[in-house]
Amino acid sequence: MIYFDRVSKVYADNSVALDDVSFSVEPGEFISVVGHSGAGKTTLVKMLLAEEKPSSGSVFFESVNVHQVPSRRMGDLRRKIGTVFQDFRLLPGRTAYENIAFAMEAAGRSDEEIQSDVPHVLELVDLGDKLNNFPDELSGGEQQRVAIARAIVTQPDVIIADEPTGNLDPVNTFEVVQILKKINDLGTTIILTTHNKGVIDSLKKRVITMDRGKVVRDDREGKYIL
Amino acid sequence: MSWTNIKRVFKAGFLDFWRNGFVSFTSVLMMIFTLFVIGLAIFSGVILNTTLQEFREKADMNVYFTTDAPEENILALGESLRALPEVATVEYISREEALAQFRERHQNDQLTLQALDELGDNPLGAVLNVRAHELTQYDTIAGFLKSEEALGEGNPQIIEKINYYDEQHRAAVDRLASITDSAKWIGLIVICIFIAATVAISFNTLRLAIYSSRDEIHVMRLVGAGKGYIRAPFVVEGILYGLIAGLITLILFYPITWWMGSATERFFGGINVFSYYLSHFPFFFLVIVGSGVLLGAVASFLAVRRYLQI
Repeated sequence: MIYFDRVSKVYADNSVALDDVSFSVEPGEFISVVGHSGAGKTTLVKMLLAEEKPSSGSVFFESVNVHQVPSRRMGDLRRKIGTVFQDFRLLPGRTAYENIAFAMEAAGRSDEEIQSDVPHVLELVDLGDKLNNFPDELSGGEQQRVAIARAIVTQPDVIIADEPTGNLDPVNTFEVVQILKKINDLGTTIILTTHNKGVIDSLKKRVITMDRGKVVRDDREGKYIL
Repeated sequence: MSWTNIKRVFKAGFLDFWRNGFVSFTSVLMMIFTLFVIGLAIFSGVILNTTLQEFREKADMNVYFTTDAPEENILALGESLRALPEVATVEYISREEALAQFRERHQNDQLTLQALDELGDNPLGAVLNVRAHELTQYDTIAGFLKSEEALGEGNPQIIEKINYYDEQHRAAVDRLASITDSAKWIGLIVICIFIAATVAISFNTLRLAIYSSRDEIHVMRLVGAGKGYIRAPFVVEGILYGLIAGLITLILFYPITWWMGSATERFFGGINVFSYYLSHFPFFFLVIVGSGVLLGAVASFLAVRRYLQI
């Protein structure tokens, strides 16, 4: 489903973010990518979303080289990938409802679908009563749940969660991870980057360990070993 | 773009305009400033042109004839003047008309009228009022009249006086012509600089407004929204700024031109900016609101483009 083929990324200042990274992800997998800050986790995510281009190598999503997708077709690719970020990245001028509705509008869904699905998905992340709240009226955990709701509402094939618990307390961290597990149980592929040891050890799923831009371990039922 | 998307784009544009109250307020304010300068440029152009026109029309040439000049000779001279390409109009005022005009001008001056009556005979000669297309062409016409006089050698002199030959008058006309010409150019350059500066300021204000939304645009791209779908609400917002600023500017011009109306009429002669504004309102509406809408749309379109490149 996803294939990184000898991907390297060297920035203009000669710092190496990724160094000859190769691995593949099967449909329905739950993968955690772990490593210290600066290990290259976020760059990896940006490569898959075509936010950045590799210096060498290719990234394939469903056999399409994502960096050869023309700009006007990029939306089609990105709608197959739901994204959740450490800093939530909600649209500050829109309510929780409107943030989620925006993802559906971008996917070309009808008003009827939006009206029925958005409250439903907000219920799923336990925010049914916060429909009309703006992001700055929500706690960090609540904002992250809105972001997850936005990522799943269009039923993408993959969800990328880049340090989704980085700004959350242990209770909210646990809740977010439970939601991601539930989504994975329903068949969606999950790629989670984190440096939270507790989260990784409790998941008991595949773990890719990165260090200084290289993949140093790839364990089927891994633990946080660094 | 489908009807549903158009509806969504307009709704998003209106909502963003309303929710980003302060940004909208400053953008509209800057645009009012720009549109106001454009309006002022139009008014200055109109005032300058009308004043010039007025001035040109006043600067005519009066050819006074002797009282005994035969009418047919005068009319013949008038005809030959009319045939000149430099001459715009020739108006013949007969001795009787000249007398009637004199009486009318001095109707409150009993002493003069009495003196005129005592004379018994009409002391005034006929007049030809000649108007050229351009101020500088009076020299040629004067030259022609001189040669006509030469041609009429042997015949009694029928031209008593050509007021153009007054040296002082001529110098004043020449000077005024050059002053108004430079005034026109300097005015045009100053107005162009002003318009360019205010358009640049408006442009930058909108760019800053959209700069503050760059993260939002980034997120929209990552969520999978198409470029057109992201850009359109910003363009709607820009159009709204222009529309509102245009309407406010039009409203502002109403009391301002009313207040300045009679003053401009007295000072520049002939033009009342208030009545000009009212009678040309559709033109002002089109130019002011049109410029606002165009400026808002183009500035937003270009500003968003920068942040869509991911």
